[in-house]
Amino acid sequence: MARAARSTGGVAPPSSTPLRRALSAGAVACLVLLVLALPVLLETRTYELARAAEYAIAILGLVVLVGFTGQISLGHGAFMAIGGYTSGVLMFHTGVAGALTIPLAGVVAGLIGFFFGFPALRLSGVYLALATFALAVAVPSILKRFEGLTGGSGGLVLDVLAPPGRLHVRPERWLYYLTVSIALVLFALTWLLLRGRAGRALRAIRDGEVAAVSFGVNVALYKALAFGLSAAYAGVAGSLLVIDSGFVNPDTFPIELSIRILVGAVVAGLTTLGAIPLGALFIEFLPIYSQQVSQQAPAVIYGAALILIMVLLPSGAAGLIRRLLSPVIGRL
Amino acid sequence: MTEFFQQIVSGLASGGVYASLALALVLIHRSTQVINFAQGEMATFATYIAWTLIDRGMSYWPAFVLTLLVAFVGGVAVERVVIRPVERAPVLTVVMVTIGLLVLVNGAMAWLWSPEVKSFPSPFPSRAIDVGGVAISLQDLGILGMTLVTLTLLYLFFRFTKVGLALRAAAVNPESSRLAGVRVSWMLALGWGLAAMLGAVSGMMIAPTSFLEPNMMQVIIIYAFAAAVLGGINSPVGAVVGGLLLGVALNLIGAYAEFLGPELRLPVALAILLAVLLVRPAGLFERAVVKRV
Repeated sequence: MARAARSTGGVAPPSSTPLRRALSAGAVACLVLLVLALPVLLETRTYELARAAEYAIAILGLVVLVGFTGQISLGHGAFMAIGGYTSGVLMFHTGVAGALTIPLAGVVAGLIGFFFGFPALRLSGVYLALATFALAVAVPSILKRFEGLTGGSGGLVLDVLAPPGRLHVRPERWLYYLTVSIALVLFALTWLLLRGRAGRALRAIRDGEVAAVSFGVNVALYKALAFGLSAAYAGVAGSLLVIDSGFVNPDTFPIELSIRILVGAVVAGLTTLGAIPLGALFIEFLPIYSQQVSQQAPAVIYGAALILIMVLLPSGAAGLIRRLLSPVIGRL
Repeated sequence: MTEFFQQIVSGLASGGVYASLALALVLIHRSTQVINFAQGEMATFATYIAWTLIDRGMSYWPAFVLTLLVAFVGGVAVERVVIRPVERAPVLTVVMVTIGLLVLVNGAMAWLWSPEVKSFPSPFPSRAIDVGGVAISLQDLGILGMTLVTLTLLYLFFRFTKVGLALRAAAVNPESSRLAGVRVSWMLALGWGLAAMLGAVSGMMIAPTSFLEPNMMQVIIIYAFAAAVLGGINSPVGAVVGGLLLGVALNLIGAYAEFLGPELRLPVALAILLAVLLVRPAGLFERAVVKRV
């Protein structure tokens, strides 16, 4: 199995020399420091930056699924809805603090994703895209039906976001650091996972399912696991989205949200974890700035961006950066 | 019992709309193995063009025909400009491109015509006629008739014209047709044009009842997906039968299955879609393709 995976390529660029390893470790450390300092540097944008971090978590989930197993999901908003409503319902009916519901939101969405992953096994390519797209469109009407639990189309009004106990920080700063620490942990976990045995198996499945089976990879299990993991990330992101808005209703998770996440993943480039924050910043800040032109400008730009990137630069921002930097890195 | 028949007739009318749109999806999928997620938005765009023409004082039927022509040219143009560059790319890429098209067209419509709901005229009278005690609305009958006429014309085109033959050949075996002198790439563009025309018909038929707004087709396209999959995504006859069946089934569910309620029509369509994909992925009218690896 290992041999199959290695020969399929797509593994991280060669980072064998000590110099390179030190440099990339240094770059990661600088980035982490920058991320932690951002709310001080850009104080007025703290809330939007926290939102971008939420998107980054959801995009991470989608990249694991699409980029590393080759399964398409056009309906990640549905799993965000499951996570968001798990938190919302718990907060509304039991009064638990929002932050405590996040792990459960992830677990519930992850389990549902895992079990959705098994039927999804039988659907390849365009059929899976169809099924997940339909799922995302149908979710709001399912939510409206179970009015007792979900509050129907009116939704649930929740407590406003507040830091726990006697912690004296501004709410948006608390939200930022909460979201960013969750995001950092999930990124680190995913990175560890993807460079190990599981990552090799997933890449082997993406590049040649039949070959992967012949090398003894349990394709069914790994694909369903990837679906579950991806849905769990979406669930966590959905939960954070609900916690920071202070309410939840079916329109919190329209099909547009699923498409937005997809745009973010495509902009970042589907196979590189490092560029995901760029995709997240793009989908968070593009509407804020372009709405000054027209209310509809964001949608038009999203659509055009999706088409142009798929046609001209399928590897997204990651590919662009790599191409620009390769003359420099190649000399080291 | 008379109410039951009324429900069936109005189910057939909305089923006709799903059938046209499903057939548009099938036309494109047969020749390119791509599902055009933007089919619904393209149909809505065409309907907006018809609305503008009528709003400027043109009468219904000239506007209808002109819209079909514009839709055809638009469909061909979309294929040439947007789909052609990714013709040989993996399925994932093409799906993303059609999703991009969906978002782009949707935003553009709201930009050009404002997101407000507009009313769209119907060419058929709103009276009902009495057939053996069953009141059938002329509106429903007109939509159903319109669908049947379109489908018949399309059938005749594919069956009896040279271009139709070339289109079918290009879909079944591109290599051999190229050798026989068929311009396969242009046939794909022609397929997109025809699909856009079919979409335009469905849009103009549904708009009087659903009202015209940028998201008009968002739900209908899911029904069309379900219809196409139900009949087999490569089978034109299947798409039509699937559309009509789905229209009737959803209508009966809406009328008689109160525990499901009207909100659950969409999830029911989703369930049908998933069930067919899982149990009989080739649909009702198609033989399964055995892939060689």
